[in-house]
Amino acid sequence: MYPDNYYFTKDHEWVKIDGDNAMVGITDFAQKQLGDVVYVELPQSGAQLEFHQSMGVIESVKAVSDIFSPISGEIIETNDELNDSPELVNEDPHDKGWIAKIKIKDETELEKLMSASEYEKFLEGLEE
Amino acid sequence: MKRTRLYVPHEIAGAKFVEFFGWEMPIEYYGIIQEHMAVRQHAGLFDVSHMGEIVISGNHALDFVQYLTPNNAGRLDANKAQYSALTTPQGTFVDDLLVYYLEENVYLLVVNAANTDKDFQWILSHKQDFDVDVQNQSEDYTQVALQGPEAQKILQPLTEIELEGMSSFAVERGSVVGVEAIVSRTGYTGEDGFEIYTLAPDPEKIWDAIMEEGKTSGLLPIGLGARDTLRLEATLMLYGNDIDENTTVLEAGLRWLIKFKKGDFLGREALIRQKKEGILRKIVGFELIGRGIARPHYPVVVDDEKIAEVRSGSFSPFLQKSIGLTYLPIEHTEIGTEFAIEIRGKQIKARVVSTPFYKKEETQ
Repeated sequence: MYPDNYYFTKDHEWVKIDGDNAMVGITDFAQKQLGDVVYVELPQSGAQLEFHQSMGVIESVKAVSDIFSPISGEIIETNDELNDSPELVNEDPHDKGWIAKIKIKDETELEKLMSASEYEKFLEGLEE
Repeated sequence: MKRTRLYVPHEIAGAKFVEFFGWEMPIEYYGIIQEHMAVRQHAGLFDVSHMGEIVISGNHALDFVQYLTPNNAGRLDANKAQYSALTTPQGTFVDDLLVYYLEENVYLLVVNAANTDKDFQWILSHKQDFDVDVQNQSEDYTQVALQGPEAQKILQPLTEIELEGMSSFAVERGSVVGVEAIVSRTGYTGEDGFEIYTLAPDPEKIWDAIMEEGKTSGLLPIGLGARDTLRLEATLMLYGNDIDENTTVLEAGLRWLIKFKKGDFLGREALIRQKKEGILRKIVGFELIGRGIARPHYPVVVDDEKIAEVRSGSFSPFLQKSIGLTYLPIEHTEIGTEFAIEIRGKQIKARVVSTPFYKKEETQ
């Protein structure tokens, strides 16, 4: 269920590497926890973010959740489709519901992230 | 946490639970938006057993109820309920509630789950010389609400009560699938619907029968999440958010609740005075003009000054916009008045709109 070539954080974000860039979103587990997503506040293109810095907000009907940047770098593109269709985050969290593309500043940061199987184990641990 | 007698059916239906004032309640089953739209388009079934039921009986039961509340309970009979409140001497709210006449000298007050103990203590402490007995029967009652345009169609086959003839706030006694119940045409969604109360030990029979009967009509079980978005669209007050011990009945726009001529009641003097002098602030409905969602406690800004807080605020699934309620100074309450709401440090434009935000279509 969780793509083999993605990396994951404990805050339930995913990272997909594409050359020098990383595509970022939230996981299926996260969108289930949130419920219906009704509003997304995207980061600004050009913004320089540090690892774990807030890069925007996802709002469900009942709650406001911060999105934390899983790596350091510059925002080079955001998924503006989420402005009109925030529900994409629920419908297709690992693909069409992507949030931003970040130019990777420091490749070694990827070592802090979990693999798909590590993330799945992490989720099992949460359920106990 | 307390659980209602319908916990197992909720579990089986896949409910996500939350704690709500000491109760483990379903917040959603299929998703808030889907549940919300099911109630607007077809029907939804809510477990509201966490609400409180306080019974006042005795020779002075009516006099006592009249003293505690601003509406005229003298107009009630076994077939009529009314929306009312417990008011303070300042004319503010201890709670909002429904009053039912069960029989001569016996009245049932249905109060908010969050306030049940507080209300019970309030009522007891105001007993004075009234010859009454006050019982908190909240643990005994199971209450469900069936709401939506198809509510009557779904409920009728399950009860001998003639639903067609019941007007708004009408009350009937009878049974639902053989389980003894009180049925009233009341609700908290802005749709047609019924609230069903029972003291029976097997209330899950009612829940299961309604869920089964409603299958072909698109009936869904509804959690507290959609309950809140539905009532906000219908501009029904939520105690603790929109009304509390610091807001008067007049400021809350509920002038119609007050029957000054019925006799003395707690808060009457204060409300007469305020009516004469004019209210300084009033609750209004607003929608965001800019992008975002206004939520409770977000600052409300008028002329660059933070003058209030959002009381209720959410995304409206039916209207597809951010709506909410706030108190504004009376001179700023005209429809169309623009102001701002501060969301994460930015001021987002909002405007006063007429309420209710949503009104159901009147059918012939």
